[in-house]
Amino acid sequence: MNSWLAKWRRILALTRKETRQILRDPSSIAIGGVVPVMMILLFGYGMSLDVTQVSVAVIDHDASSDSAALIGAFRLSPYFKLQATRSMAEATKLVLDREVDGVLQIPSDFSRRWHDGAAEIQILVDGTDANQARIMQGYAEGPVALWSAAQSGASVSAGQVIVTSRIWFNEANDSHFFIIPGLIVLVMTIIGAFLTAMVVAREWERGTLEALFVTPMQAGELLVSKIIPYFGLGMIGFVLCLLAGQFLFHVPLRGSLWLLCLASMIYLVVALGIGLLVSTLVKSQFLASQLAMTLTLMPAMMLSGFIYDLRSMPNIIRCITFAMPARYAVALLQTLYLAGNVGSVIWLNLAVLTAMAAALMLATRLATRKQLS
Amino acid sequence: MRSSLLRILALIQKEFLAVLKDPRSRFIIFLPPIIQSLIFGYAASFDLNSVAYAVFDQDHSAASTALLSRLDGSGIFQRKTTLSRAEDIALWIDSGRALLVIQIDQDFERRLLAGDAAPLEVIADGRNSNTAGTALGYFSHVVADFNSDWQSTHGHAVQGVQILTRSWYNPNLDSSWSMIPSLIGTLTMMGTMMLTALSVAREREQGTFDQLLVTPFRPFEIMIGKAIPNLVIGLAQATTILLIAEFWFRIPFIGSFVVLYAGLTLFLMAAVGLGLFVSSIVKTMQQAMLFAFLLILPFALLSGLTTPFSSMPSVLQTAMVINPLRYSLDLTKRVYLESAGFTNLFFDFLPLLVIGLVTLSGAAWLFRRRLT
Repeated sequence: MNSWLAKWRRILALTRKETRQILRDPSSIAIGGVVPVMMILLFGYGMSLDVTQVSVAVIDHDASSDSAALIGAFRLSPYFKLQATRSMAEATKLVLDREVDGVLQIPSDFSRRWHDGAAEIQILVDGTDANQARIMQGYAEGPVALWSAAQSGASVSAGQVIVTSRIWFNEANDSHFFIIPGLIVLVMTIIGAFLTAMVVAREWERGTLEALFVTPMQAGELLVSKIIPYFGLGMIGFVLCLLAGQFLFHVPLRGSLWLLCLASMIYLVVALGIGLLVSTLVKSQFLASQLAMTLTLMPAMMLSGFIYDLRSMPNIIRCITFAMPARYAVALLQTLYLAGNVGSVIWLNLAVLTAMAAALMLATRLATRKQLS
Repeated sequence: MRSSLLRILALIQKEFLAVLKDPRSRFIIFLPPIIQSLIFGYAASFDLNSVAYAVFDQDHSAASTALLSRLDGSGIFQRKTTLSRAEDIALWIDSGRALLVIQIDQDFERRLLAGDAAPLEVIADGRNSNTAGTALGYFSHVVADFNSDWQSTHGHAVQGVQILTRSWYNPNLDSSWSMIPSLIGTLTMMGTMMLTALSVAREREQGTFDQLLVTPFRPFEIMIGKAIPNLVIGLAQATTILLIAEFWFRIPFIGSFVVLYAGLTLFLMAAVGLGLFVSSIVKTMQQAMLFAFLLILPFALLSGLTTPFSSMPSVLQTAMVINPLRYSLDLTKRVYLESAGFTNLFFDFLPLLVIGLVTLSGAAWLFRRRLT
């Protein structure tokens, strides 16, 4: 009983010291408070995948009333800003100087072939930004369809399949809906893994951790007292993101708030575990922070399904993603936020994350004890 | 003059030793860029090459089968199951096993044959609405092809305009062709800025910076001695990624190496300048890393790497005039894929030069201020 009490008093004392250290260092406050706010602003307002308006150089070789009407349809589209040019050479120069994003070319036989039944127009896009080029290609279909419908009357839909699509969970196609769940994962990763790796590595570097080994403090107690304050810091980041999602971006929370908190807490423990393990293994601030960034932050952004679709990655990369905790966290949070409490998704991912958290804590404990001998 | 040069050379040599002597530090400088460029080269793509779908076909007609086999033959759409009850749709979407569910009504073929419009409903999993939008776009293309075939074989031929798209500099519109050259700037900036931000902070934390200050070194000599090794390391990292792009991903480099390396040198000068600037205002390594990180994060996110620069709010676009990565992405891609020359890239070179000069001289000035 007495030893149990002493144990908790030791943990409490060290936790208090650790918390004071965070509060007194402006850079820790910066990462706990400024990073979440900055990320919310950057992701919420800065990142949009929509190409708002593309500027296009137009070369009309036909100069007929038909081609003029078609160009008029493009002009009416909110997505296009047109710039008339006379020759291909002139248009090419505009593309090279980044004055325009692409070229719309109407061949001289456009009007004649339209009346024969099948006309052609050419769109030349600058492929250096493949994504933007592809979006522009899609935009062009709008005015062309509009114009041909107007020209040939209502008969266009005759004997045609008309696709009506519905995007479930996000009918309005608002990109904030998938950004907020991913953002929580990123913020947790930065605070849990990156900050903790750096701070603990500094203690190893300065030898203050070895100094603690001569005290009655045990390795497990040491870990708990390191985890508690950074866990608190991570949860502050979580609450900030949660509030931003609710009140700034109006992302619906369709699943249970408690499950969301539970999932985030478990992921935070995983991130803390990686941070602690990395710093215990390398014991250098520079190496620990670089490793934590390479192992957690970049994968949380690129290999988690947050931004890029996992199913389209080559098999070997997909295998790597299974080792990334962020993958499970993103699946969990996206589902809880947007789809609701879908049992099959939630329990499996929660189980994997819990197992990872336990394994990492155990590994850190073992790595720390080894240093004692 | 000559003694100043000798002092700088000595400092450069010492800096190289400090970074490259430790095998673990050599490893952390070169291995992550290699692994990251390989993994992200494959992973960071908005193109979909595998779309899992389920179908709820109530028609079971020749027309619906023809449409579905066209879908299966596309190589992108993979049919996971054929549903027999409408209630199962939610099950497949919710669990994430299907990205799309296609619902075909009973009178699908009858309406097509009668020359009416035949509606077709597609449900997409919108948890990542961007992926859902892309998949729906692919689906519409397949349906459009089906329509024009159906109309021409069933005598409903209507007038149509075909859009021929040709893509310059990237014939197959492969997103890895834009992504991988962009990694040259992105990955080297992250490495170089961190390393440079730490260089002075480490000496300050260990107390050796004071020793350096009592030597005959002048502040600008310290600045140059710290800048050049990091610049060279950055160039070596950039070269590594360039080689991976060219020989592993086989993206043809058609530009001029002189233009590329001139641009990269200016870019790294700006990155090193920012790193040294951070380094000169902080007291500890931890602060150096955090402040460097607080700069790298917005620079990387708002550079146009993952989302188009032009669709950012104009306030942020204006704020990003100080972002060296933004110019470097434009520059590397255009030299790499378009063979752009100095005149095309004037507006990338100029800002990089200005950022480099301002931050480097600012850092030197701050070193001097610390002297007093």
